[in-house]
Amino acid sequence: MRKKVYLDYSATTPMKKEVLEEMLPFFDVQFGNPSSIHAFGRDNKAAVAKARERIAITMNASSDEVFFTAGGSESDNWAIKGVAYAMRDKGKHIITSKIEHHAVLHTCQYLEKEGFEVTYLNVDAYGLIDLEELKAAIRPDTTLISIMFANNEIGTIEPIKEIGAIAKEKGVTFHTDAVQAYGNVHIDVKELGVDLMSISAHKVYGPKGIGALYIKKGTRIQQLIHGGAQEKKRRAGTENVPGIVGFGKAAEMAFENLDNHIKQLITKRDRLIKELKEKITFMHLNGHPEKRLPGNVNLCIQFIEGEALLLSLDMVGIASSSGSACTSGSLDPSHVLMAIGLTHEVAHGSLRLTIGDFTTEEDIDYVIQQLPPIVDKLRQMSPLYEKVKGGN
Amino acid sequence: MYSDKVMDHFMNPRNVGEIENADAVGQVGNPKCGDIMKMYLKIEDGIIVDVKFKTFGCGSAIATSSMATEMIMGKTIEEALSLSNRAVADALDGLPPVKMHCSVLAEQAVKSAIYNYAEKNGLYFKELEGFDPHADEDHHHDEEGCHI
Repeated sequence: MRKKVYLDYSATTPMKKEVLEEMLPFFDVQFGNPSSIHAFGRDNKAAVAKARERIAITMNASSDEVFFTAGGSESDNWAIKGVAYAMRDKGKHIITSKIEHHAVLHTCQYLEKEGFEVTYLNVDAYGLIDLEELKAAIRPDTTLISIMFANNEIGTIEPIKEIGAIAKEKGVTFHTDAVQAYGNVHIDVKELGVDLMSISAHKVYGPKGIGALYIKKGTRIQQLIHGGAQEKKRRAGTENVPGIVGFGKAAEMAFENLDNHIKQLITKRDRLIKELKEKITFMHLNGHPEKRLPGNVNLCIQFIEGEALLLSLDMVGIASSSGSACTSGSLDPSHVLMAIGLTHEVAHGSLRLTIGDFTTEEDIDYVIQQLPPIVDKLRQMSPLYEKVKGGN
Repeated sequence: MYSDKVMDHFMNPRNVGEIENADAVGQVGNPKCGDIMKMYLKIEDGIIVDVKFKTFGCGSAIATSSMATEMIMGKTIEEALSLSNRAVADALDGLPPVKMHCSVLAEQAVKSAIYNYAEKNGLYFKELEGFDPHADEDHHHDEEGCHI
């Protein structure tokens, strides 16, 4: 059988067996609606409460500050639209960065059409925002700062604690999209000064279609989904009980084992980077060398195009992703790679390999063995490489 | 996403390389847009007796280049000039809509090489009327200028 190596953990993770086992009874046996008065409902209300508590503990929040949503995108939409609309009387200015996930960027663009003003902060070559630029961007009518905890493409971890302090000093609400960071870094919302935080289950070995928004007590926010009285009347809709139960278990497992998880991933990540660098010329690492997610490797491999690389890797069983325009269905390469100052030519050759809990040393060996000849084959075909070899 | 034929021509591209002392060389595309095709022709008595290519680009850019070289090998210049992007795409059992521009590039790479041949040899081909071999170069592109 052909070897299969999954290196796209930032896209999604496989669910852990223990998570699935906890979820299963809630599909058929324990299927009640948590809002029902009878025993079927009451039992599930308790299950939802337990999951909420499990998640709250992982971020040092209290359980009544955790609200379940359908995923990271809904959490981002709710945080940004919810605060923007609730604070309209104070002002209509929002600050975010140029490298946010589309769930944040497109929400901000939507609000611009609705008459809000948005400042998109620049980032440096590593993808870090400039705190002085942030301070300078804050105006009397600024109501929200939304800066991602860690970037999904290049893995750079932003200075969240410093941003939190600035936001607090200026009296501006601070939201962070922690979809990629959650389960991969230590998070204490109190210490970090975060008011709102988006997280998602399927990035931490839990099920898809379930996420949460942490809302610090006292934060002014409007609701996004209107209807029933679920989630303390702030997010309507019958609870996704199996999803919530799975998220609770996944979160608990992720944080029980966090130090070891981080250590294991960093070891594998750094070996992968080091050995590929030794074998492939005209290649560099995108993102910050240390302030980066433990499982993220993002490379620009010059003179070849990312989709061709992805397809070739797929043919030998390696699953990866790229910020190349050809893989995004749009005309331009990734907005993140553009924001860190890469040229179009270089950005077209980007490759993201993200490792996780089920990645083995053998998987890393396999990639180190398979990638260099693929790069070589594509370069032999490339008229751009021929120029470099020719010295002009 | 891709047909078996596209994957075959991508993984095992035909006629990759360069021709030393080629009678014609054409290059189209733009690195900014993520694709460049360079085509080399050997022409004897109006017949394409050898063809090679080099391509920087996605899977379908490589596959369309490969297919185009196969389709013009052994053909007259006029026959090669009549090669349409649609014919290249059809020969590959189709391309996804967003990748059709790759087949356009393949057609243009052939035309660009023959344009170079016509220029060098003072020849005229009516099929090349209005063809601009530099249409894809930088000065025609603004930031959003890559066509899909």
